[in-house]
Amino acid sequence: MPKPKVAFYWCASCGGCEEAVVDLAEDILGVVEAVDIVFWPCAMDFKKAGLEEMPDKSITAALVNGAIRTSEQEEMARLLRRKSQYLIAYGACAQQGGIPGLANQFSREQLLRYVYEEAPTVLNTAGHRPAPQFQVDGHAVTLPEFRHRVRSLDQVVEVDYYVPGCPPTPKITKAALGALLEGKLPPKGSVLAPDIALCQQCPLVDSKPQDLSLAEYKRPHWAPIDPEKCLLSQGFPCLGPATRGGCEAVCIRGHMPCTGCFGPTSRVKDQGAKILSSLASTLAAKEDEAIVKGLNTIPDPVGTFYRYSLAASTLRGKVA
Amino acid sequence: MNRVIEELPEAASPAPGSTPTNQRRRQVTIDPITRLEGHGKIDILLNEDGDVERAFLQVPELRGFEVFSLGRPAEDMPQITSRICGVCPTAHHMAATKALDDLYQIQPPPAARKIRELVYNAFMLEDHALHVYLLGGPDFIVGPEAPKEQRNVVGVVQKVGVEVGKRVIAMRRRLRELIAYFGGKVIHPVFGLPGGVSKGLRPEDLPPFKELAKDGLDFALFTLQVFKDIVLRNADYVNLITSDTYTHRTYYMGLVDAQNRVNFYDGLLRVVDPAGKEYARFPAQQYADFVAEHVEPWSYVKFCFLKPVGWHGFEEAPRSGVYAVAPLARLNAADGMATPRAQHAYEEYFATLGGRPVHHTLANHWARVIEMIGAAERMVELVNDPEITSPELRVIPRSKPAVGIAAVEAPRGTLFHHYETDDAGLIRKANLIVATQNNSARLAMSVEKAARGLVRKGQIDDGLLNKVEMAFRAYDPCFGCATHSLPGRHALRVNIYSHRRELLHQLAQD
Repeated sequence: MPKPKVAFYWCASCGGCEEAVVDLAEDILGVVEAVDIVFWPCAMDFKKAGLEEMPDKSITAALVNGAIRTSEQEEMARLLRRKSQYLIAYGACAQQGGIPGLANQFSREQLLRYVYEEAPTVLNTAGHRPAPQFQVDGHAVTLPEFRHRVRSLDQVVEVDYYVPGCPPTPKITKAALGALLEGKLPPKGSVLAPDIALCQQCPLVDSKPQDLSLAEYKRPHWAPIDPEKCLLSQGFPCLGPATRGGCEAVCIRGHMPCTGCFGPTSRVKDQGAKILSSLASTLAAKEDEAIVKGLNTIPDPVGTFYRYSLAASTLRGKVA
Repeated sequence: MNRVIEELPEAASPAPGSTPTNQRRRQVTIDPITRLEGHGKIDILLNEDGDVERAFLQVPELRGFEVFSLGRPAEDMPQITSRICGVCPTAHHMAATKALDDLYQIQPPPAARKIRELVYNAFMLEDHALHVYLLGGPDFIVGPEAPKEQRNVVGVVQKVGVEVGKRVIAMRRRLRELIAYFGGKVIHPVFGLPGGVSKGLRPEDLPPFKELAKDGLDFALFTLQVFKDIVLRNADYVNLITSDTYTHRTYYMGLVDAQNRVNFYDGLLRVVDPAGKEYARFPAQQYADFVAEHVEPWSYVKFCFLKPVGWHGFEEAPRSGVYAVAPLARLNAADGMATPRAQHAYEEYFATLGGRPVHHTLANHWARVIEMIGAAERMVELVNDPEITSPELRVIPRSKPAVGIAAVEAPRGTLFHHYETDDAGLIRKANLIVATQNNSARLAMSVEKAARGLVRKGQIDDGLLNKVEMAFRAYDPCFGCATHSLPGRHALRVNIYSHRRELLHQLAQD
């Protein structure tokens, strides 16, 4: 009985999702026994040509992490979709665009101009920019195009399942791989993580008041943090109430608030809007002026509400 | 599920890796290169005789962190910039945290500094171990021209035994659990605050960390022995390491302490010239006087060079300002290591290779192991320092922020973070010089030189192409992706055309 074929690939990614798989540690040996990994550029000496030659749908599951930023990443996403029965968006960037999605607040021109011309250490008198095609002595070398916007994986190809997190935890990863190999999968489009708010997994939940009523929010570097008491109740913007659980509150165990990397529960369409709503409703203020003053204690609304999800949100980005 | 959103291409650009028909002339493309940072390709351009005309190591991606940091609260930067790299997130997290110290003109209390150093050295040890055993190591432990199916950790385990394989996995797991203890999670930790850390070490939790540090040192010393047994006792490997094909005479940069000894966490930047003479010694805040970035149209990565020397092309010193960072460079730029066993290994290394500085790129693999010993010894020092369990973890910033600049030594090289903010501490400008970037010019030169040295008369095979790839792998560029027991399957098709576009030769392997 041939082993199921599995592929891993990364798009506009930091590589943390690759590390997350390896953080299965001793458990990885069991995974490798059970599957045939046929494509993994970071780890294996494969070439794209080999992938192109595989029959369509011959790969059981491709776990693709990273957001889509370049033409090459689009092409690889489409190729892996064709070759795979299940295409899984692994990690926050594939699911929602991730932190690189924050680039959608800026135009492509702003990004390229700063990186290649305006940055304080750049000396580029020739005015070079990376070019899709570069001619040298009659030869041509090529580079992928840098697209105008960051996109999530499902904005480019059809995605079967999502494994959330920045990065996904070993526990979530192991459960997802297990479900795949045993064929015990929920309905298509599901997120392979518990469908509960993070507060339910937080060690400080018992100190979370029923009704929270804050005058303002605090920035963590300006105030002492009591690690034994609900961080939101202390005035730190902890996004636990508006974030899917599954990570078992690791950041809170590090004595810092949740920043929302596991994405929304199934009941929420736009995670940023949900976070905004959650934090706004926690403010005590009732009149407009006081409300504005209270909300202004969150100095970076986009970075706070949409840190991992801007690309996939209703907003998607800044237009002008 | 979101609806699919099409993005129309700018212009009819050729598919990645292909060349336009009317210009397809003797071009070999390795796409993608493997066992390193995920995205890169090598284009080898041949002349009419089948010898190498040019070779380009191209980096085909960009995300733009410096720009989308604008408007963000500076205190968010440790967690935002860690997403530059999920293998070395701790390096960015630490550089950002130190930049925040500088921004608010405060220093962490002693216990917090020691915790930062403990976490940082644990990280250096586990990340270097990853590269030695799983990424670059296979090329040496198994052999540069070994069958591709063996050129990975499976081959390593066959060579050194399954017990060693399990020991590597367990050691990395324990070291990463230490990082997660302080940082909440090991991939993208959360502990960094200006003036301190978020979480301390409880006295009752110290004993296992003492044991871990001791085991870590044993492991590092064991790794050096493995390297000596398998690599240094093999005359062919030694010839490879010292061959001219993999040698460049450049400047070298690294962080040093007050006695000019290697330090990963803090110190001054020291640059030496190819003769080993000190060229510069400066605090991170002055980095822009010494480091500049050059741009080429054929890669998204920028190429660092020494500003006072100037950019004079992809050339060696003395006229060219190209320099290197990371283990080879750090050992060259320093006068020694700060701990005894590492110092002994350092002296042995230079004695064997003919003195300081060493210009052989492949010696990076050896220098990396010596750094593992240094990191482990420093961990032992810190866990045995009674102050490390003190609950004094933070100083709350009071001053108005403006500019914060800091440097750390990431496993893959010097990392600079530079932030400028408004009065409220929101980022107004950010500049990052990221480890491998410092090496990118020398990396490109290494690949071209290796291609020139190895590809003759259009003769190409798998082992040869791997030896070209080894020229970059020694630098452990940016991303050390953890691998595990995987057979290396290598589907490759290489077409070689004459200058009249006749297909001369076709190599295919599945």
